[in-house]
Amino acid sequence: MQDWEEKDYSARFDASLWQRLLRYARPYHKHLWAIVALMALAALIDAVFPLMTREAIDKFIARGTTEGFVWFSIRYIFLVVVQTANIYGFIRLCGKVEVGLCYLIRKLAFERLQELSLSYYNRTPTGYIMSRMTSDVQRLADTIAWSLLDLCWGTFVTVFMGIAMFRVHWKLALAVMSALPPLAAVSWYFQKRILKSYREVRKTNSQITGAFNEGIMGAKTTKTLVREEANYEEFTVLTRKMRGSSVRAATLSAIYLPIVISLSMTATAYALWKGGYDVFTMAISLGTLQVFFSYTINFFEPIHQVARIFAQLQSAQAAAERVMTLLETEPEIKDTPEVVERYGDSFAPKGENWPPIHGDIDFDHVSFTYKEGEAVLEDFCLTVKAGQTIALVGETGSGKSTIVNLVCRFYEPDVGSVKIDGVDTRERSQLWLQANLGYVLQSPHLFSGTIAGNIRYGRLDATDEEVEAAARLAGADAFIGKLEKGFKTDVGEGGNRLSTGEKQLISFARAILADPRIFVLDEATSSVDTETEQKIQAAIREVLRGRTSFIVAHRLSTIRSADRILVIDGGKILEDGTHRQLLGKRGVYYNLYANQFREERERRVLAGEAE
Amino acid sequence: METRRMRLMLSLIWENRRQYGQAMIGTLFSVVIALATPLIMAETIDAVLDAKPLNAPRFVVRAFESIGGREYVVQNLWIVAALLVALSVVRSAFMYVRGRANAQAAEKASLDLRERLYGHLQRLSYNYHVKAETGDLIQRCTSDVETTNRFLASQLMEAFGSVLMIGIAITVLLAKDAGLTLISTGMIIPLFLFAYLFFKQVIKHFKISDEAEGKLSAVLQENLTGMRVVRAFGRQRHEAEKFDAISSDLRRKNGKVLWLLAVYWSTSDLLTMAQIGAGLLAGVVYASNGRITVGTLSVFLSYLGMVLWPVRQLGRILSDAGKSLISLERIDEILRQPPEREDADSVRPSLSGDIVFDDVSFAYEEKRPVLEHVSFTVRGGETVAILGATGGGKSTLVHLLQRLYEPTCGRISIGGHPLEKIEKHHLRSRVGLVLQEPFLYSKTIKDNVGIARKRRTEEEIFEAARVAQADGFIRESEKGYETLVGERGVTLSGGQKQRIAIARTLMKENDILVFDDSLSAVDTQTDAAIRAGLLKKRGNVTTFIISHRITTLAEADRILVLDQGRIAQQGTHAELIARPGLYQRIYQIQSAMDEEFGEDAGELA
Repeated sequence: MQDWEEKDYSARFDASLWQRLLRYARPYHKHLWAIVALMALAALIDAVFPLMTREAIDKFIARGTTEGFVWFSIRYIFLVVVQTANIYGFIRLCGKVEVGLCYLIRKLAFERLQELSLSYYNRTPTGYIMSRMTSDVQRLADTIAWSLLDLCWGTFVTVFMGIAMFRVHWKLALAVMSALPPLAAVSWYFQKRILKSYREVRKTNSQITGAFNEGIMGAKTTKTLVREEANYEEFTVLTRKMRGSSVRAATLSAIYLPIVISLSMTATAYALWKGGYDVFTMAISLGTLQVFFSYTINFFEPIHQVARIFAQLQSAQAAAERVMTLLETEPEIKDTPEVVERYGDSFAPKGENWPPIHGDIDFDHVSFTYKEGEAVLEDFCLTVKAGQTIALVGETGSGKSTIVNLVCRFYEPDVGSVKIDGVDTRERSQLWLQANLGYVLQSPHLFSGTIAGNIRYGRLDATDEEVEAAARLAGADAFIGKLEKGFKTDVGEGGNRLSTGEKQLISFARAILADPRIFVLDEATSSVDTETEQKIQAAIREVLRGRTSFIVAHRLSTIRSADRILVIDGGKILEDGTHRQLLGKRGVYYNLYANQFREERERRVLAGEAE
Repeated sequence: METRRMRLMLSLIWENRRQYGQAMIGTLFSVVIALATPLIMAETIDAVLDAKPLNAPRFVVRAFESIGGREYVVQNLWIVAALLVALSVVRSAFMYVRGRANAQAAEKASLDLRERLYGHLQRLSYNYHVKAETGDLIQRCTSDVETTNRFLASQLMEAFGSVLMIGIAITVLLAKDAGLTLISTGMIIPLFLFAYLFFKQVIKHFKISDEAEGKLSAVLQENLTGMRVVRAFGRQRHEAEKFDAISSDLRRKNGKVLWLLAVYWSTSDLLTMAQIGAGLLAGVVYASNGRITVGTLSVFLSYLGMVLWPVRQLGRILSDAGKSLISLERIDEILRQPPEREDADSVRPSLSGDIVFDDVSFAYEEKRPVLEHVSFTVRGGETVAILGATGGGKSTLVHLLQRLYEPTCGRISIGGHPLEKIEKHHLRSRVGLVLQEPFLYSKTIKDNVGIARKRRTEEEIFEAARVAQADGFIRESEKGYETLVGERGVTLSGGQKQRIAIARTLMKENDILVFDDSLSAVDTQTDAAIRAGLLKKRGNVTTFIISHRITTLAEADRILVLDQGRIAQQGTHAELIARPGLYQRIYQIQSAMDEEFGEDAGELA
């Protein structure tokens, strides 16, 4: 079992990661440069405003005149207008970058997900992929767009204000600027801790969400076990933890902010002390002192921002790592370039080049393992003629499902090959095989939408009549007819408004509509009631005729009607033949069913006695 | 509605009045000190540097004079500087008190809200949970609580601080120069209204893009869980197109929100800068013709900078506060649901006696009866099997035994005690009900098996698992009994879950055991082995088994056949197969194949 605990920050700054990521953002590079330019301008104007105040004080108030006031007003208004346009511009640009990057990365990642082999899905919990695709991508796009903005602003403002102060009064500037290093240090120290404590809050919060999830989903079971109070007690542990970590996080902020404000006030006070005396001795103007006041009050903000962003980058980088890993995961099953060249890929198939399929299937000395050192199949050989129905019998873990997975090319053999019509499946495109394959699972999966839409998933261009015909063949028409909206009934998320049996019938109709040459049934008939199962059995027999099919099933009747039964154990074919032949062998198959048979006989004897 | 949710909000605040009181005091003093600072600087400029008379309360003037007046202070400006730093330190202390007390209050309120919700949900009836939309409930318990928390933790005190700040600042400014105050604060109301109305509007768009995001998640989720189906039908392109459509839609909607924000920020910044500009320009004119001092101008400019931001925030907070009331309403909808209650006169009798159903009917909805006039008696210790079509009322029948539902009419009694007089807690602890689709908690397998019993030994857990035929597959897994179940742990097959659920129920002390088709996903051999184990262990436990399997049914002392809510047949296996009816039909279907097998084997033998 892998440990899927999400790592939510990374320890070291990884430049190459961001470089690779920025490569994905190439369509937005010009936007990003424009943002940098606009931020420089915005910061410049922010630094100029206090200078305007100084000018007003020194030029008009000190001299008691309003000469040149109109020109001053015009310049002031001009700056305001430019800054407004600027603000509109950079928010707009950042917004574009944010939503655009989200879209772009999601698109690439989704396509990658469609290519990844099923072994990847067996290893990776859905929730894990979901969080990469939703919140991680969002955070990444956020960071790239808005952190860049804040970072540029913070840096430019600090630089411009610094320059302005030095030009106005370098000694005072030097003194005031000496407050910057401690300010930066304090900010960095606290921002890291604050962020860490908020991560703790978020983590606890997701545990609380999990607990609610469990408390609600499991409520019925909880009632039957009278676990209400015990669950509640366990829950209060979490809420208390949540309160603790939230208060801790808030307390840290409540210490940090006052410190920063006090530091900047100290700088202001120093400016008043030294600068005030200079004003008194006429060494500087009152306006100049006022500029220093403005700067000392305002320069804490950019430092605070930059520290915050650097602290956040750590967790954004963790998100980036996760997203990049997803984007860079190579599918284990991939069509070769030659195959893609000839038959197209999963998104742009070249159907016109596809050879027709007959349905002969060969396992040619196939070996296969899921995990290193645990061979499931070893040197496995099997020849199936087109149109044959093969029943696979054996215990869980015997390798039945693996055989089916290899036929579907959900996995590829480590050694040897699986051939269809004498050609290695790897020499044809995956889509070619899938287009010719019907597949029904034990736990049927439906997509939200209507019943008709779900059946049509088997063949997207099917007419309503064809959809209905398929439903009839699957025996699903009876229950669909009883529904108020019939084929237009919404099945709900994952089909959860239908019963398992109904879902199975629909997934059957879907497979029938696809009209495949090869048909795979994976224990599809084990959880419906007897009468529904009878319906399905009848449909199966109808559907299987003339198609190569593999069935993994427990039910005797299904197995018995197969052309060939393979008894699989430990990845080997123990027995191979028709129902009658295998009974004649008196081997494993015989014993398997003799048990059931004996039970049956005992019951009949019992019944006979009663009669 | 309006008043109820308001009252709920107020009670959350009132219950934490001490902390909120501290936070308010902290806010008050930190605001006052923040506003005092520009005044001190202004007087320093005017009275110290410019030799104007000191404009301050009398005790300040007296103190000023006593240390030597202007001549002394101007040579020792460090005194003013030290005063500023000292005030700033005092303010820091108040800010700390405010931040901490506020967090304590808000987090305590959220804790209460969460615990009330969770506890209430646990106590709601079975039927509520059957009908509930889990996704929506979870949403209410998590994001709606967070919205409320946001209000309690930051918005409430911020709004208080903002109002205080704006009120005091304007009062001070009015005292300084009413005309200039009018010019330099005239924009405050439009700015506030703009912020308020804008966020009121933008909430709609936030909601729209939230919904789009929800859709994206749903499509993604379905794609991931249905990956085998996608692959089997070669629908990658179809899926990519579906996702692309949703994703573009989200992009457009998010883009719209961000565009609105760009409009908002630039417009409100324009208003703010225009306001500061108006103040500055008018102030400059007034100062240059001597109507106000430079110090007064600097007070105006400082206050404008301090006040305009809270004004914008206030607009936003007030429109956001509406959201938290809506959230609270959604939370209250859950809390309003009546929980299950125990009757005062309920009894806790032994449940090993006869169970009598007397003319019991039940309907989930009016006029759609699930059970109609069902009567039968089960002797204590007997095993009763129930057969019937899906939706025929089998599960309902056994659910009544735990009082998960109450019959619409008719009476059920156990050992002569009417069921409705038996305490639910007692009943449910003594009736072991195994559901068809059991829920396992995200704990270890060991804890899951042992969950229904406080005092337990490992050996008891292993034993229960052995009887349920679960011990084998549990030990085969890497971590054995310590394997974690659920989201972050292993996914078990339906049959494995059922077996763990059986083991878990066996850990209870049961007088009555009910298997609600809870062996449907295990194979026949395992089924038989479990039943054999139960038979050995059970003793005098009355047992109900719902099953489709004839082998299972046949072993029962008695079989009830339910058809469309009525008991169609009852009797032993032998009796029922001799009688035409549902049981015989099922028997024939299921045994047909075995019969054939028998013939085949007979031939060959």
